[in-house]
Amino acid sequence: MAKRLSVVDVDRCVDCLLCAFACARRFGEGGLAGSAIAVRSVGGMERGFVVIVCRACADPSCMAACPTGAIRVAEVGVRVDLERCTGCGKCVDACPIGAVFWDGERGKPVICRHCGLCAQFCPHGVIAFVEVPRG
Amino acid sequence: MDRGLSRVLFVDLSAHRAHVEERPELFRARLGGTGVAIELLHELCPEGADPLSPENPVILAVGPLSALFPLASKTVALFKSPHTGNLGESHCGGRSAVALRLAGYGAVVITGRSDIPVYIVIEGGKVHFRDARALWGLSSSFTVGRIIWERESGSGFRSILRIGVAGENLVTYANVVAESYRHFGRLGLGAVFGAKRLKAVVIIGKGRVPVADGPRYSRLYRELHGRAVRSELFKKYHDLGTPQNVRPLNAIGALPVRNLRENRYPDEPPFTGERMAERYLGRRLACAGCPVACIHLAALREPYPDEPFFYKTTFVSYDYEPIYSLGTMLGGQDPEGFLKLMEAVEHLGLDAMSCGVVLAWATEATERGLISGADTGGLVPRWGDYGVYIQMARRIAAREGELYDLLARGVAAAAARYGGQEFALAFGGNEMAGYHTGPGAYISHLMGARHSHLDSAGYAVDQADLREGRKRSPGELARALFAEEARRQVLSSLVVCFFARGLYDLGTASRCLSVLGEDWDGEGLRTLGEEILRRKYAFKVRAGFDPGTLHIPARIAETPTPFGALDPAYLREAIAALEALLVPSE
Repeated sequence: MAKRLSVVDVDRCVDCLLCAFACARRFGEGGLAGSAIAVRSVGGMERGFVVIVCRACADPSCMAACPTGAIRVAEVGVRVDLERCTGCGKCVDACPIGAVFWDGERGKPVICRHCGLCAQFCPHGVIAFVEVPRG
Repeated sequence: MDRGLSRVLFVDLSAHRAHVEERPELFRARLGGTGVAIELLHELCPEGADPLSPENPVILAVGPLSALFPLASKTVALFKSPHTGNLGESHCGGRSAVALRLAGYGAVVITGRSDIPVYIVIEGGKVHFRDARALWGLSSSFTVGRIIWERESGSGFRSILRIGVAGENLVTYANVVAESYRHFGRLGLGAVFGAKRLKAVVIIGKGRVPVADGPRYSRLYRELHGRAVRSELFKKYHDLGTPQNVRPLNAIGALPVRNLRENRYPDEPPFTGERMAERYLGRRLACAGCPVACIHLAALREPYPDEPFFYKTTFVSYDYEPIYSLGTMLGGQDPEGFLKLMEAVEHLGLDAMSCGVVLAWATEATERGLISGADTGGLVPRWGDYGVYIQMARRIAAREGELYDLLARGVAAAAARYGGQEFALAFGGNEMAGYHTGPGAYISHLMGARHSHLDSAGYAVDQADLREGRKRSPGELARALFAEEARRQVLSSLVVCFFARGLYDLGTASRCLSVLGEDWDGEGLRTLGEEILRRKYAFKVRAGFDPGTLHIPARIAETPTPFGALDPAYLREAIAALEALLVPSE
């Protein structure tokens, strides 16, 4: 059955960023430029964090906003065809939860593919790779 | 190695200008962190420089493992210390190391003095100099962080390093606060910032860090992550944090209590990790890249006295060292009082460790009649009286009157004027850390590469010797300390947190460097560690450090350690043996 990444308990987040670094390692690199998941504080670290990542919408705003048809729905989430993508950034503006990230060095969007690698490195049970209910 | 690491950003506050220099040979030869920073300090700090003059450089450095490997979360700061007059070194976690690496630099060198208070923003290959006049004098370092956070709200991963009023007023043990709860704590980096009229440094990074062998890097990361989260250390520091040390140190009689008049509480200390967690633990945080999350925040709920049902809840970070210095050293019985003092110290931007030792000296000096209400402005410090301690900390930060002005320069300065040197617990000018474990701890304080708690290999050697029932000759102890301190120089050049010292043995470190395209074997790293340690000592000597003139306060020999009473003659002999190892014979 298909799986997607899910933020299951954001209150356990300690801001270690291991999820975001794991995401970058998909390409065998470090840093955050290629990462499709981010952790932000909600105004002072003592008040906790939000984990921002694609929710795998059934009817994605990013896809609707793309003028070149570079974003398409996949089994879970979306895929970006980087050949077709012109780097206009409309997908970034369209996502209401801010889950379309921008690789400034390459001038292209970065969107979670729901591979689940980040969840393997979350030490505190904030995110999980869960089965998607059918129907 | 990626090219970004070898880039050094030079910021000149006098001219409000910045430029970048490529130093690949330096980073190849010395890795990064402490190894690189000590070379830059030798190069850039003129001999005889006043630590509070524009010419004293502040060097912030990360290393090849920063932002790439687990627990590689620290930034190293090197500078000439206004507190001791020689080598200043402090390490800070939080987000700074990752932000600096992702901003594309291996090191930042800050020199000069701005004409007006400024904060600088390092971002996207540029340095912005922002007017900080409206931030100067704000009573809380938290507020400063909050304002800058709002104002510099662009994209990217941000770290905000700032000083409080203690730094502005050049208190020689003022710190630099990062991300509200982490610090460049020791040896007065905050005063060096203050002297430069530098209120804060914002580092924004968003780049990628290329790796020579990506697939091997990913596999090695997975292996180290697995080892880290299964380790004993992970459990120990994740659960209770560093305060888990309070109970065992109390049990062996190595916990400094009431200015080290005692070495333990007769019963359970009120500030054990267990008690603090049960009553106050409100949230845990991690440094970027670290699964451990050792940062423990207490939730302090206080009623307002003037209005019923009106409360505020503040978060206060608590660690072993502040619990020792502001808790047990002051004979505290009241965890809430301790937390309130801790909070005040954070807002003021004082090093909690030095501040506690200073207040402990003042309390004992009051008891002995060396200082009076005429000196203290009417305040009478008594063991555990946190209301008075909070007021005294504020007056120290403001340098109000002769006594507080001297207390703002540390216990050695105060005792030189008022007496009580035998119980003024500073070593080489810096106040002690919370380990009355044995001779190793004090030799580290007196001679150590970094006068700080985590770099003090001494307490670790003491505790291992104690466990194994070993007694060393002064020469043997000197050799053990030298070897351990040298190994730690490798860790602080990679740069990894010293809590990861069990994870990064030299073989593992060389594997990490190998996937980054750098060829180092364990023996090469060991030799490098020794060289770095000697270079640091050479800087101290250059700045006037002389082990022959070190004062050993009588108090440490009066209160027994777990090894029994310390013998100053033994300490002197070990110091001489350590000096022989630190100064290579040509």
